[in-house]
Amino acid sequence: MQELINRAKELLADGTVARVLGWKAGDLPYNPEPAYFEDAESLKDFVYNGFCGANLSKYMIEASKLEGKTMVCLKPCDTYSFNQLIKEHRVDREKAYIVGVGCKGKLDIEKIKKLGIKGIESIEGAEITDEAETLKIQTIYGEKSCAYADVMLERCHVCKGKEHMVYDELIGESKDTKDAERFDEVARIEAMSPEEKFAFFQKELSKCIRCNACRNACPACSCRKCVFDSTKFDSAQKANVDSFEEKMFHIIRAFHVAGRCTDCGECSRVCPQGIPLHLFNRKFIKDIDALYGEYQAGEDTESKAPLTNFTFDDAEPSIVGKRG
Amino acid sequence: MFKIAKENLSALFQLIADSQELYLPVKKAGQTNFAVWSEDADVDLDTLKTVKSAKDAFFPQSENLYDVKKEGKKMHIEPGCLKEQNFVVFGMKACDVKGVEVLDRVFLVDPVDSFYAARREHGTIVAMACHEPEETCFCKVFGVDAAAPASDVATWMVGEDLYWKALTEKGEALTEAVKSLLTEADEAPVEAEKEAIHAIVEKLPYMNLSLEGWNGDALTEKFNSPVWEELYKPCLACGTCTFVCPTCQCYDIKDYDTGNSVSRYRCWDSCMYSDFTMMAHGNNRTSQMQRFRQRFMHKLVYYPANNDGMYSCVGCGRCVEKCPSSLNIVKVIKAFQNQGGEN
Amino acid sequence: MSLENKEFKPKIVAFCCNWCSYAGADLAGSSRLSYPADVKIIRVPCSCRVNPMFILRAFEKGADGVIMCGCHPGDCHYSTGNYYARRRMTLLFSMLDYIGVENGRTRVEWVSAAEGVKFSDTMNSFVEKIYSLGENVRLGDLRCKN
Repeated sequence: MQELINRAKELLADGTVARVLGWKAGDLPYNPEPAYFEDAESLKDFVYNGFCGANLSKYMIEASKLEGKTMVCLKPCDTYSFNQLIKEHRVDREKAYIVGVGCKGKLDIEKIKKLGIKGIESIEGAEITDEAETLKIQTIYGEKSCAYADVMLERCHVCKGKEHMVYDELIGESKDTKDAERFDEVARIEAMSPEEKFAFFQKELSKCIRCNACRNACPACSCRKCVFDSTKFDSAQKANVDSFEEKMFHIIRAFHVAGRCTDCGECSRVCPQGIPLHLFNRKFIKDIDALYGEYQAGEDTESKAPLTNFTFDDAEPSIVGKRG
Repeated sequence: MFKIAKENLSALFQLIADSQELYLPVKKAGQTNFAVWSEDADVDLDTLKTVKSAKDAFFPQSENLYDVKKEGKKMHIEPGCLKEQNFVVFGMKACDVKGVEVLDRVFLVDPVDSFYAARREHGTIVAMACHEPEETCFCKVFGVDAAAPASDVATWMVGEDLYWKALTEKGEALTEAVKSLLTEADEAPVEAEKEAIHAIVEKLPYMNLSLEGWNGDALTEKFNSPVWEELYKPCLACGTCTFVCPTCQCYDIKDYDTGNSVSRYRCWDSCMYSDFTMMAHGNNRTSQMQRFRQRFMHKLVYYPANNDGMYSCVGCGRCVEKCPSSLNIVKVIKAFQNQGGEN
Repeated sequence: MSLENKEFKPKIVAFCCNWCSYAGADLAGSSRLSYPADVKIIRVPCSCRVNPMFILRAFEKGADGVIMCGCHPGDCHYSTGNYYARRRMTLLFSMLDYIGVENGRTRVEWVSAAEGVKFSDTMNSFVEKIYSLGENVRLGDLRCKN
């Protein structure tokens, strides 16, 4: 972390960048917030640890409109989103000085709390530099501990790898934390009967409160005006009047980012109701891989996206019923 | 003071549900929220905070106001139903109860909101003291006692028993109705529990937050402060904070065209959204900074200015837990404090 | 009004492209071929105009089946529109299958302007399929039911 701060100070001092986009220490051990730093003095609050899960690529859409370059700290998986945004002309590569930061898996405070750990006063082992396998958590109800890997975000268990797709320089070591197959959960649902599938999604989606956190945190959801924000559209963006509204919203949202979603997992991370929203996106990715060839959005900035492309002998839609 | 053994609670819920609707914290797909009790509901009284507050029981996220139906060439209007049956909300925490008081001052003053008033009239609140408050709690700051909720019935979970004390007439009536399951109890264990809760509350990191300077008189100074420009930046403009909040009371009125009728309904709105208070001329808050400022100014300045200094935050800490960018009202209050110190 | 007592009359929406399928429907009519009146045709400039939201909106407002017809691949009036539509619909139908909507409520069929018979056969078989599946309860807005 100190290395990052030092480098940020250098870049600010020599005028390479006008500001630094990173994370600012929170007032609890686990709530750092995305923040801009404009001078060396303010960098005293800079922090980078296991709780810095936010994908800062999204913030670069706005930062690209600012005067001067922004030094942005991107984790390996965040760089896929950044690349995808370059491809869509939503960020300006020239306005970004990308520091690829090391990542050894990010933590999910919800998972920690689900273990019954509450009244948290301090957390040891979440520093990016230490190789601790366990988190030591001091709470007002006594000292608790848990394995780092057990409380990682879902996306880290299916890590895309420790390589940064785009960067100006790298600081810190990364670790591939993959210990599960990305499409296992999707395949498990595909194998269910229609009744079971419907019951599963009905149960999950009925929790949705239409807060739009998934949409607003999503780097692929970069439309200036979302179709669900239209006042002329009677499926309002905020009302959960009928169970259909949630289905409509989540299917359409996933569809709108299909072929562009890098599977960064922000939607699932931010959902206040813990809905596994990545299951929608991954279903599209799995289908695209199977029907139109392996494709990872954000791997490059040139290739054609699967939904803006075609071949003469693509599968017919009737394949859906035939696959069984 | 009465008590009932934990293992008999399902019998208690059954008994209440026999005569009226019962809302209580139910776990569904891993998350606990208030829901109507049914025999197969996974009741969860251990989770301190439900994701959404209990606000829904009195002010549902969506509610039909009236339907306009077509019959041949005629139209007729069917008003939405006011709540007519009694219901019980079990397991609300002290902060949520205070939240209802905040809503009362909005919806029960002239012009009275008849939908809300009907629900308040028919609802009985059975609240539960917070056995183990968490680091995100700061109810004490807003004068809420986590150990003694000001509801119709207050309850305390001590060991294997739930202690029960009626505080109002409604509470007495409910107690009378379920008396067959309750046994007389001594107050001593509850007093000990209260003390234990107070002791924990003292240790929580946010409990000594100072609200100095936040009042109706500070309007201009706070409104024009340059601090907002810095504070709002991480905000993604989602509505999570407003939708999990027990006191956010803004709503929007919308029409839904079903093809042969039109339903006019209201749904919670969020000041974080771009179409909030949109009017024919456009929107009077055009930037996210202004929207962000609105939320906190409303809670800490506008509301107290109109309500004898009462804040419309109750310190439940849900926004602290749920904000995708880890922004929250505590950070806002602290940022202004720090700013004051520098000047 | 309970739904069980109502005799099931399916509502079927057919999106037909202006250049091929709509003309095919026209030909079916002028050739006096029959297809059920449950099918409501919506003319679109090209099958590529059909946004996934159209399909969901049709279901929302009470459709029991949605079919999209366009020019045969290779014959699109705009050269490539139906190729894009094909990918989109494949993915959308797969998603609907994934969330538990009965298979067969959605269909894509390529019908040229010369294929009046195919149009009528397609509609007949699709309507039959929807009859066998019954009312759409999984993808509708309850407010539209009463």
